[in-house]
Amino acid sequence: MIPVTVVGGYLGAGKTTLVNHLLRNANGLRLAVLVNEFGELAIDEDLIEAQDEDVISIAGGCVCCSFGSDLTAALGDMAAMDPPLDHVLIESSGVAIPSSIVNSLVFMPAFRSDGIVILADAETVQKSARDKYMGDTVTRQITDADIILLNKVDLVSKVTLDATRAWLQVQNRAVRIVECTQSTVPPETVLDSFIGRVRTGGAHLEAAHLDMLTLMPTGAVDADDLAAALADEGAGLVRAKGFVTRGDGRKALIQVVGRRFEVTDASDDKADGVVCLGFRDVMSKAALEVLV
Amino acid sequence: MTKTTVFSAKKIVTMNPNRPEASHVAVREGRILGVGDLSELEVWGEYTLDERFAGKVLMPGFVEGHAHTMEGTLWRYVYCGFFDRMDPNGKSWDGLKSIEAVLERLSEAESKMDDPDAPLSGWSLDPIYLDNKRVTRQDLDKVSSTRPIGVLHASGHILNVNTKALELAGLMKTGINHPGMPLGADGIPTGELYGPDTMTPVGVHVGFNRSLTDSDEQGLRDFGKLCVRTGVTTITDLAARLEDDGVEAMLRVTGEPLYPARVVPLKFFMGATAQETVDRVLELKEKATDMCRLGRIKAVADGSIQGFSARMRWPGYHNGAPNGLWYTAPEQLAELYRAALKADIQVHTHTNGDEATEMVLDTLGPALKDVPHPDHRFTLQHCQLADGAQFRRMKALDMCVNLFANHHFYWGDEHYRLTVGPERALRMNACRTALDTGVPMAIHSDAPVTPLGPLFTAWAAVNRITASGRTQGEGEKIAVSEALRAITLGAAYTLHMDDEVGSIEVGKKADFAVLEDDPREMSGDALKDAVVWGTVQGGRVFAAADL
Repeated sequence: MIPVTVVGGYLGAGKTTLVNHLLRNANGLRLAVLVNEFGELAIDEDLIEAQDEDVISIAGGCVCCSFGSDLTAALGDMAAMDPPLDHVLIESSGVAIPSSIVNSLVFMPAFRSDGIVILADAETVQKSARDKYMGDTVTRQITDADIILLNKVDLVSKVTLDATRAWLQVQNRAVRIVECTQSTVPPETVLDSFIGRVRTGGAHLEAAHLDMLTLMPTGAVDADDLAAALADEGAGLVRAKGFVTRGDGRKALIQVVGRRFEVTDASDDKADGVVCLGFRDVMSKAALEVLV
Repeated sequence: MTKTTVFSAKKIVTMNPNRPEASHVAVREGRILGVGDLSELEVWGEYTLDERFAGKVLMPGFVEGHAHTMEGTLWRYVYCGFFDRMDPNGKSWDGLKSIEAVLERLSEAESKMDDPDAPLSGWSLDPIYLDNKRVTRQDLDKVSSTRPIGVLHASGHILNVNTKALELAGLMKTGINHPGMPLGADGIPTGELYGPDTMTPVGVHVGFNRSLTDSDEQGLRDFGKLCVRTGVTTITDLAARLEDDGVEAMLRVTGEPLYPARVVPLKFFMGATAQETVDRVLELKEKATDMCRLGRIKAVADGSIQGFSARMRWPGYHNGAPNGLWYTAPEQLAELYRAALKADIQVHTHTNGDEATEMVLDTLGPALKDVPHPDHRFTLQHCQLADGAQFRRMKALDMCVNLFANHHFYWGDEHYRLTVGPERALRMNACRTALDTGVPMAIHSDAPVTPLGPLFTAWAAVNRITASGRTQGEGEKIAVSEALRAITLGAAYTLHMDDEVGSIEVGKKADFAVLEDDPREMSGDALKDAVVWGTVQGGRVFAAADL
């Protein structure tokens, strides 16, 4: 199944900048970006290899497609692409309710959800959430999020930043908040397909106050218990992905996005090891190793 | 020498105050050369006297300011509605009063199909009138378990399918968790699908795909027939994608020598930026013909009231449902309005809930300060819940409104009981307030959501009777003469076409509704029963009986 990440957030939060950043750092990953309309998505020109009416081909095998009003049909086209895609990113419109996009994936057996990532403008998000017309829509986007990229943190004071973080946490208690400027985050934060790949560029984990480590189980583990523990807020993880061997010898794939986790069967040839992306100040290798 | 035809009639109701009634109208080159008695028209020289309308009443051809040409296409599917409805060929289909009757009609259609795998499609189902009993996949399986079946609801927001259709879509399974797909006791979808997210993936298997909104050539021709039968000579297609293929087809069909209606297609603001949309419409405007008036934009602010997707002001929905959805953000609408005002392109904006109306007023106001544009005639479409204060703001901004008079009949009871409650239901589609406030007003059918028929629409605005027979909103009734103006000059004004159509006077298009009765002499409650003989469009005569 092809993983699908929904990237949302209100107008001006930095979605387009994030998409360009990810395309620039795709590093061989075949990424498709679905946007409501091209006009809104100004793809950096140096990335464009070719363009026709609905599809822009990006250097390195990525594509960008506009879906207008028919996301289902566009996803159908993506599922049929050859060579197959590694990951799909849907940039939802400023008024879209991201969870309804994720809900509709249930009808597309070729895809699975890789979570909802919402960009929030540190300067304006609270004001947007109070807007007479858009307030409830903005709030709904925040409560739908698995991961919030709190953007433009350089433009606000520490006091404002702390207050905004606290406010976001009230709206969505278990959400993982990653601070950034100019939508620059390690690509792993947004797309789990990057996890475990050799990194060549992109934003530094350090800059985003993040770390990555690999848990190597010493024997069989209860995959469900482990996944639940990794998704617990206290563990300090943003995402995790990897394989373990269950008590009965079968392999399992663990995928964690913020507070949500999924455990599925995996083929026997997979090597054990779970890569964890987490907050440097919270995630503790020692504490995690106790789990395996 | 150009030929002149003089039509005589029992009466010609001109809607021109300087000559309200006449006995003869002279037509040359598809336009009205003169209106009066025969002696007054003889000054124009030689003519042929055509007396076929000697026993008929001529009115200005009706203008339907909010419809969708897809109605023509839908008639190729099985009509499953509760109310009697006439198809393009003039056949009146009886309304179906029970689910059993719906299944029976579907079975009858099924038995006539040759290809065993072809989908069977129905439309206009409305369980609200069938004791609100839900239709299930098992119900439709009784019609056929081997071919996919889908029946679209009257609202257009719900689709019922059978087991085969779910199978083809890979959805005959447990574990589906989606708010738009209710599950039966067995954990498998019931076959009722709510909203585009669930309708689209299954709809393709039962004959309903997205391109349905772009009527095909046959559908457009059938739609033209419906126009003749209802006295309509100018009609909108109020949200078309207008991609190159669709535009070519529309220009081709409306350009056929016997196409009977002037079509005004509006480009849907969706999937492109404001500037791109305006640029595209400027390009389309160059291609416009007399019979296909390209060059306008439709935007949508919110959803529908009965679907609980309209944006409501406090205190929200009567039944406590959460507020609806925005389809376009205020910033995007602001950008569109500015770009369109600069380019001299008109925008019609769909609002249903009163919060959506408020948002449009708040957005257009500043845009007009930046880009002043006298006589812009930007129009609110539906605008069902606007209150007096909002109409006063419309007036202040020189906006027009096109109210959904038919809706009041078809869903008024539902609004009273469930969606907005008694008080707000009384003010819905406030025609009286619009006219008293001086907001230029049209009224509409939104066909295929409700049947095309301006005289019915006028009746609905005059009487405000709901399907259960209650009068809802005595204070918002309008007079017959006001309603007749709304379906002619009123609608023409909202399209910037009142200089060409909407009344019978010299220089205008020779567009007439040919009626057996004078609607002004009928009592208001009989208005909907006025018999339409056909139309004259651009001087060409179209008899409904000959279609």
